[in-house]
Amino acid sequence: MSIAAIYDDLPHDIAPDASEAGPAPKRIVVTYGFWIFLLSDIVMFSAFFAAYAVLRHETADGPTGAELFNQASVALETICLLFSSYTCGLMSLAIGSRRRTLTYLAAAITFALGAAFLALEIREFANMIAIGAGPQHSAFLSAFFALVGCHGVTVTMGLIWLAIMMVQIATKGFRAVVERRLACFTLFWHALDIIWVGIFSVVYLMGVVP
Amino acid sequence: MNLLGKLTLSAIPYQQPIIMGASGMVVVGVLLVLGWVTLKGYWPYLWHEWLTSVDHKRIGVMYIVLALLMLVRGFADAIMMRTQQALASGGAQGYLPPEHFDQIFSAHGTIMIFFVAMPFVIGLMNFAVPLQLGIRDVAFPTLNSVSLWLTATGILLTNLSLAIGEFAKTGWVAYPPLSELQFSPGVGVDYYLWSLQISGVGTLLTGINFVTTILKTRAPGMGYMRMPVFCWTALASNLLIVAAFPVLTATLAMLLLDRYLGFHFFSVERGGNPMMYVNLFWVWGHPEVYILILPAFGVFSEVTATFSGKPLFGYRSMVAATMAICILAYTVWLHHFFTMGASANVNAFFGITSMIIAVPTGVKIFNWLFTMYGGRIRFEVPLLWTIGFMVAFIFGGLTGVLLAVPPVDWQVHNSLFLVAHFHHVIIPGVLFGAIAGYNYWFPKAFGFKLDERWGKAAFWCWFIGFHLAFMPLYVTGLMGMTRRLQHYDVMSWRPWLLVAELGAVVILAGIVCQIVQLVVSIRDRERLRVTADPWNGRTLEWSVSSPPPAWNYAVLPHVSGRDAFWARKKLAPATQTQPAQPRTYEPIEMPRNSGTGFVTAFFAVVTGFALIWHIWWMAALGGFGAFVTLLVFAFRDKEEIAIPAEQVTRFYRDHPAEVAI
Repeated sequence: MSIAAIYDDLPHDIAPDASEAGPAPKRIVVTYGFWIFLLSDIVMFSAFFAAYAVLRHETADGPTGAELFNQASVALETICLLFSSYTCGLMSLAIGSRRRTLTYLAAAITFALGAAFLALEIREFANMIAIGAGPQHSAFLSAFFALVGCHGVTVTMGLIWLAIMMVQIATKGFRAVVERRLACFTLFWHALDIIWVGIFSVVYLMGVVP
Repeated sequence: MNLLGKLTLSAIPYQQPIIMGASGMVVVGVLLVLGWVTLKGYWPYLWHEWLTSVDHKRIGVMYIVLALLMLVRGFADAIMMRTQQALASGGAQGYLPPEHFDQIFSAHGTIMIFFVAMPFVIGLMNFAVPLQLGIRDVAFPTLNSVSLWLTATGILLTNLSLAIGEFAKTGWVAYPPLSELQFSPGVGVDYYLWSLQISGVGTLLTGINFVTTILKTRAPGMGYMRMPVFCWTALASNLLIVAAFPVLTATLAMLLLDRYLGFHFFSVERGGNPMMYVNLFWVWGHPEVYILILPAFGVFSEVTATFSGKPLFGYRSMVAATMAICILAYTVWLHHFFTMGASANVNAFFGITSMIIAVPTGVKIFNWLFTMYGGRIRFEVPLLWTIGFMVAFIFGGLTGVLLAVPPVDWQVHNSLFLVAHFHHVIIPGVLFGAIAGYNYWFPKAFGFKLDERWGKAAFWCWFIGFHLAFMPLYVTGLMGMTRRLQHYDVMSWRPWLLVAELGAVVILAGIVCQIVQLVVSIRDRERLRVTADPWNGRTLEWSVSSPPPAWNYAVLPHVSGRDAFWARKKLAPATQTQPAQPRTYEPIEMPRNSGTGFVTAFFAVVTGFALIWHIWWMAALGGFGAFVTLLVFAFRDKEEIAIPAEQVTRFYRDHPAEVAI
């Protein structure tokens, strides 16, 4: 019997094409929508990246990136954030196997690493402002503070979100809606990493290249 | 420490009788409506059935109500400008002082683009797309309600600027350095920025919602190549929203940082670059043109096929053209500022891409013409708007091809020739499409048609008025008249501007006809009552009753081809001989109503207003309120309610026609 004949024998209500399968399950729909949101978020960041690229030499006779950036601190920030993505991945595994304690533990470490990242970033900003290199000083610094600060704000929102999700696990348990939100959170946290890799390369690495 | 920030009593422009008269009328109107609603005891109904509704059909209707109201406001601005230019030549100064005239042209542009065209097309998509896809709601119904109310927030803030403070005097594009704090120290630009930021978030959420809906939740069998063209254009439009609106958000955020925190993105000192704003603005702004017009193209496709009694000619090429426009939309933004001083090669690149975009648009025009060719054409109101569009849009598009030639553009840049061109594509393109869609889907939404005679009168007034109002502007543009002139000395422009004023009056007659049409239709609704399928439609929305039940489809339809409803009607004679057997229905799970959108928007108004006037404590309070609202939503326990099977059965017993097919 040829393959074509088998195909013809299939009952008609089995859709031959994935695009005809009908509405997707809610888990897929929610995470798909969140992917689209993340794409839009990355488009927004790309506008800030573009502004930074245009303005990065406009230092108005003030300090340049090479003079300001502290590579050691940035390396530490990067380690914190990338490692927090690893623990965030562990959290998804713990959620998948319904292990509550492990979920809390992984979430706590993720939160701590994210908070450490933020603390380092705030210290960097404070040091720059203290020596008079605040965002009002030059277009370069405006673009720098806006781009990196926008990422910092996003990390802060992620931390708040993570805390709320832990409360939701505690009060509601692992029900479908909570799991969907946690899936979105992990996507969000990894997307923050992607943006940070962009910032690390474009701002900090290219910034110290003469 | 000042508890009210920059806000004082002097923010109310007492000394300007025109503004006080206009805002007084608005306030009285709003009070009358609120009083009437209170007196009649409609508040519970309004709250439970509309304000907290997450039903895509009701959200769509509310979007369109907003758009129609703002159309009147935006048109009031337009006719004031035309009257000023008809009067203020030579020694005469007209009746509008420059600072007021500047606010009017800024408000006109902002309102027409963001608060008429956007809510109108988003409203039509909300109403029609889930019905056409054969599903019960959009992917994220509560988010949809949030989108609506954030749009309403932007509208409210913009209109507040009429009575409290001022609106931007920078034009609707708010180019720096003029829009920087140094040159625009008032609150006008802040009203503009916060209105657009808040409503922009709403629009972005709509985009995410509809992309997900169209790509992930279509009815069984509704493959991509079986989707009605309106769904395709909605998909393209929402993809553009997702990819373009974040750029606007970022750009306006940069300008806000400049104005509020002394950053130097676009300032003229310390390395800021004003031209970067112009680039970023149009990276959003040109796709925005297609965000608006693609859904209108979708409406024209549905209307042409329905009223010609033929399937759409060249469905696949229509889809291809739509998606081609969707991509090309990102390659032409520089044609808005050829005079910036980019090199000839850069200008040539963008000139050529701008001309290329006319090709898929031309494909669409031919498809519509060939759809009509040999068809049984019924000249109903929606088709009149469509034919009017085709005639006018071709010429508007051709002037666009002229402007795409950089040397020509250098001559007529920022002249009335440009103003005539973009009105020539946006009014026949977007607005005619939106009104065609409004006439086309109105019977589906309310169960009765709009009055045909008044509808035709409105069309002819608009069509004739539009040409009278804008053709003269091409001439004055070529004579060298720049846009946004409050006063001019060249007397040879004046006759043309008088004709344009006459055109505005004829358009006013068109708008009056539309209002009368609505009133008359509501009065005569029994005479105009229709069944499920008043136009002999082709797509699935016409298979459900008018108005459709909250759940749209008791059982999701199984789609086996294009024009799914038409195909079923063709098969119907065979099945109709059998007596309709009583069916049993399952209970239907529907999303619960939610006040989240409305309450969030309330706090957004508080926050936006506080930020505009630098009332920091109030801004913090509003932000906190919005956060708590979202928390309450996140912790709610029941997301859905079940509509009992008896209610569904009862509905179909009262509406048997829908079951027969």
